[in-house]
Amino acid sequence: MTAGDKAVLPRRRRRRAGAQVRGVPLPLLVPALIGLAFLIVPLLALLVRTPWSSLPELLTGAEVWQALRLSLLCATAATAVSLVIGVPLAWLLARVEFPGRGLVRALVTLPLVLPPVVGGVALLMALGRNGIVGKWLDDWFGLTLPFTTAGVVIAEAFVALPFLVISVEGTLRAADPRYEEAAATLGASRFTAFRRVTLPLIAPGIAAGAVLAWARALGEFGATITFAGNFPGRTQTMPLAVYLALQSDPEAATALSLVLLAVSVAVLAGLRDRWMTAG
Amino acid sequence: MTAEDGDEMTGAGTAGAGGTGTGTAGTGGTGTGSGLDAHLVVERGAFRLDVELAVAPGEVVALLGPNGAGKTTALRALAGLTPLTGGRLRLDGAALERTPPELRPVGVVFQDYLLFPHLTALDNVAFGPRCHGASKARARAQAAEWLDRLGLAGHAGAKPRRLSGGQAQRVAVARALATRPRLLLLDEPLAALDARTRLEVRAQLRRHLAEFEAVAVIVTHDPLDAMVLADRLVVVENGRIVQEGGPADIARRPRTDYIAQLVGLNLYRGEADGHTVRLGSGQTVTTTEELTGPVFVAFPPGAVTLYRDRPAGASARNLWRCEVTGLESHGDRVRAALGGELPLAADLSAVAAAELDLRPGAEVWATVKAAQTHAYPD
Repeated sequence: MTAGDKAVLPRRRRRRAGAQVRGVPLPLLVPALIGLAFLIVPLLALLVRTPWSSLPELLTGAEVWQALRLSLLCATAATAVSLVIGVPLAWLLARVEFPGRGLVRALVTLPLVLPPVVGGVALLMALGRNGIVGKWLDDWFGLTLPFTTAGVVIAEAFVALPFLVISVEGTLRAADPRYEEAAATLGASRFTAFRRVTLPLIAPGIAAGAVLAWARALGEFGATITFAGNFPGRTQTMPLAVYLALQSDPEAATALSLVLLAVSVAVLAGLRDRWMTAG
Repeated sequence: MTAEDGDEMTGAGTAGAGGTGTGTAGTGGTGTGSGLDAHLVVERGAFRLDVELAVAPGEVVALLGPNGAGKTTALRALAGLTPLTGGRLRLDGAALERTPPELRPVGVVFQDYLLFPHLTALDNVAFGPRCHGASKARARAQAAEWLDRLGLAGHAGAKPRRLSGGQAQRVAVARALATRPRLLLLDEPLAALDARTRLEVRAQLRRHLAEFEAVAVIVTHDPLDAMVLADRLVVVENGRIVQEGGPADIARRPRTDYIAQLVGLNLYRGEADGHTVRLGSGQTVTTTEELTGPVFVAFPPGAVTLYRDRPAGASARNLWRCEVTGLESHGDRVRAALGGELPLAADLSAVAAAELDLRPGAEVWATVKAAQTHAYPD
């Protein structure tokens, strides 16, 4: 090979790389760019229209912090609930063959596509004071869930749980079940194998699912307002506060939205650094 | 080791039919309850595994067979990872058919080791003792002892991904042995290693298996691994045992094409009448042995001489007209696959192959001296 040959190769490669960008067909490029703008412009508008000068004063109101604190608390509690019941459910779906497994999986995913308001109504029918379960809770334990902070957690968990289950089940399916077999041959019961082998192996998937569930719970609106109402300090979470503020004080709504946007970006950044690059 | 025939077990009539052996009972069974006594039947769709295994403590048996023969299924059935659909499984006299894997005194070295990636080598080995009720400290002490025994003391703190293939294999062996199993199963224990490591690890593994006092069963498709590591080979094809015996016996008297290929012999089945064996294809082979009835005839590819033209003298009576169907070079040797009157493999030097101008489609004459053939009863 001569020196001339060597020089030609990179040049040709560079030209091909250029063609890759230029060669994107317009019927694909234009909708793609519109799609990108569609997602980004509203966020930009939020930033542009944020009343930066009055921001400190808008965000120091006691109600804002109350709502934010409640939101973070409830979303975290809902995530914890989802973890405790969602990981075993995901394991069951991924590792145990039982009749009707497909149906169960469909039922688990249903809240993903169900309008959250409908979820809220359904929760009222089940856990409301006259609900099929709630009636007994009220009669026997004097426990009332609707329109309480616990109700917020339940509404958020109802909506967030499927995200966690789907995410963890996917990770479990991708994980090699033969590690559990290896553990069994070493004398581990199925539960020990799950606790000491499977759980550590799928930890990244659980974490990703938990973040997803947490973000979903944080933004939950429909099921919360239907099942738990809108009482400042007790059940009024950030999304509810934003919606309410929009009707009376649009500037305050913008400011509150900015806070939620900041939280979302922080979550995304955390996700990317911790788990997404690992995959 | 006693070699009692039959299956006069104390607790006769456990789960599964199968009854007494179908005549393939090995030489190693003791019949008195120690060691492995198994009749493994696993039916899965059209596939049926039906294998009898009797292995005495201290004996190493290799299940040898092509891919899909059912070797791994047999191993999984022994470990309890695949349920038996019939037959019996007894280890040291105890019936294990319905025992879940975690309660069987069985250790497994998996093909790709399956070391737990989140645990150190030490904790991988300590996992078994922990599950068997040892305290954390005690389990770790035992694990350290095992690692030491396998020459891995310096790697106790390493995670599996930082171990070389040979080291990972030894950790897997240590992990399986740490539960003090009465049956050690090794699934293709050397398959994941490169050629150089393999040689070294094979020698080490042989040493550790020789020290192992309980039953060891190896699954492999590599005849060399089987012959080096095992005292006895059990050849499985299509879910059934086709031949079993000592390595030397199997190598010298193969009974199926698969084994003949593995040990590098041309093998034919025919009817002997004195020194002549008439093959199914109508060809005859002249042998030194004098036999009658159904026999096998085998000769090594190196015993075949090839000519481009019919040899004039034709002192060798074993002369066939063949056609080259394929050529493969192994170092300075060439292995020619021949079709025609008698399909056979012939080895010759690269120089000879060039002189004969061998190429696929070329016509050649193949001869074998009677003295280099070996006939034995079917």
